[in-house]
Amino acid sequence: MKHMIPINRKARMIEALVLADKHRAHAMSLPDPPFGCTSIFAPGWEVTSDGGTYNLCTPIERDLYDCYHSCYWPAQVPDALTNSPKWADSCGAPVNDWASIDLVFP
Amino acid sequence: MRIRTAPHHRFRSGDESFVYASTSASILKVDALVVRLLEAFDVEDGLEPGEGLERFRDAGDEAAETLDEMIQAGLVVPADTPPLSVPEIPPMPYPLGTLVLNVTNKCNLSCTYCYEYGEDRLSRDEASRPPTTPMMPAGKARESIDFLLENCGDRRSVTITFFGGETLLNFETIRSATLYAEERCGERGVRVGFALTTNATLLTDEVIDFIVAHRFGVNVSIDGPARDQDRHRTFKSGRGTYDVIAPRIRRLLERNRGLGRPIGARVTLTAGSLGVRDLYDHLVGDLGFDEVGFAPVTSAPGRDYALSPEHYSRILEEFSSLAEDYVAEALAGRHHGFSNLNDLLRELHLGTNKAHPCGAGLGLLGVSTEGELGLCHRFVESGAHSVGDVSGGIDEKKRREFLQRGHVSQKIACGSCFARPVCSGGCYHEAYVRYEDPSQPNLHSCEWIRAWTALGLSCYARIMQGNPGFFERFENSPVRPPAPGGNALKPTSNESMP
Repeated sequence: MKHMIPINRKARMIEALVLADKHRAHAMSLPDPPFGCTSIFAPGWEVTSDGGTYNLCTPIERDLYDCYHSCYWPAQVPDALTNSPKWADSCGAPVNDWASIDLVFP
Repeated sequence: MRIRTAPHHRFRSGDESFVYASTSASILKVDALVVRLLEAFDVEDGLEPGEGLERFRDAGDEAAETLDEMIQAGLVVPADTPPLSVPEIPPMPYPLGTLVLNVTNKCNLSCTYCYEYGEDRLSRDEASRPPTTPMMPAGKARESIDFLLENCGDRRSVTITFFGGETLLNFETIRSATLYAEERCGERGVRVGFALTTNATLLTDEVIDFIVAHRFGVNVSIDGPARDQDRHRTFKSGRGTYDVIAPRIRRLLERNRGLGRPIGARVTLTAGSLGVRDLYDHLVGDLGFDEVGFAPVTSAPGRDYALSPEHYSRILEEFSSLAEDYVAEALAGRHHGFSNLNDLLRELHLGTNKAHPCGAGLGLLGVSTEGELGLCHRFVESGAHSVGDVSGGIDEKKRREFLQRGHVSQKIACGSCFARPVCSGGCYHEAYVRYEDPSQPNLHSCEWIRAWTALGLSCYARIMQGNPGFFERFENSPVRPPAPGGNALKPTSNESMP
């Protein structure tokens, strides 16, 4: 860091972590281990988490939340984890209120 | 996305600027651009980065680059970041590291401010409770040690602290427990350390030899020279205790020198006795203590010894004056025995960031004379706060509930405070005495804690500028065994490692 010099031990540890991470590529900004939908094949994938195939590959309003909460498809839907925790606040039930959800311009 | 500065404390030392970032407990030396950016984004609802950077056209690309560094360091965060994270407690059952054995609830003194016997005592709340055993039998102490070893997980060292009452009234149990613990821990390959708090009246040669030989960490409760000591610390007859304890303390310190661990004095500050500097000089200079810790008296408001806001300002002035001596010694590479500051500087250096104010209920439990488990020694025999007993084990449900309620994220007022990493709301017992709820933050101490933390940060920076090698002593030093009798200003133990 150019403008800040770590002084105590904690600051030195954080700097080392940041530097170690600097040149590593991250796929879709996900942390390394798979989590959320990436490990359970929900929704729109071939099978559900319990092996069912009913009604798959059919986008429904509910999918908004599946992708939003678990950050599964950040390129299409804002993610609740880091960037847009309040995005769906205006929408209590997607079936009725989907039109109140706004676009997000990063 | 709108961004804003996270809670932090900015300060200067000499010509340089520093920041204590409360999200991470990092201390950073920063340049003028960082200071300007912190000021610019110090807006409650935050600013769009571009909007905030408008004012920094003079700095060119440097400003955006610096802002990026500040985000990485957690100094600037998204504006809608909640003030505190969710209450995550460590995986339970958390391994015990320290057991505080109340070997007796009797005392041979009648200190007028004592929370153990005065109106502030917790166990007096339940008048219907039958009287408890005054002395812990040796068998119960051995059972407690077995309990500690069963519940210490894979820790390689444990601490047994003896507390009271006056601990030395039950020296036989202390002796037997010490020998038993050394034997059992030896078999298990676990290191064991001992600590003891005493009023020094019963320090006979036999006792002294024993505690020196077994390397006890000793905390002597003493309020200063006769004038201060005898004001509150009296025998039941009302006679002062100074003349009895001074020669015994001298003998203890003499025998311990070079053999045992450093011996500390613990001073209770009351309305009539606030000359910290003079008290320190007497205890270290005249009596020869290795260190001195000061703790303001715990009391509900209204007692004649209770401390007013003016008293607290005076204590802070006295602390800063003693801190000057500390810094001068540290710059010369020497140890200074102002233990409140030693503890604070250790935490600041390591970047300790506490989710809970102390280890009570987490790595530390108190044991009553009958084997009942309390959150700490101050909560034993308090009935409602019991978390099990050494025979039946820990009531994990109550323990977990307590830790969740006591988590710093539950203390709304702490969300915007820069001193949160070192304070985390302060002593549970103090909060109970004040607000009848141990999970409340000690709001009456906030201003004081912030001023004290700011003083510590300023000392830290000055020592870092003049003698950075001084802090190496804190790098690998184990956390000291908890000193029973601490309070909001001197947490008794710290389980929250950096």
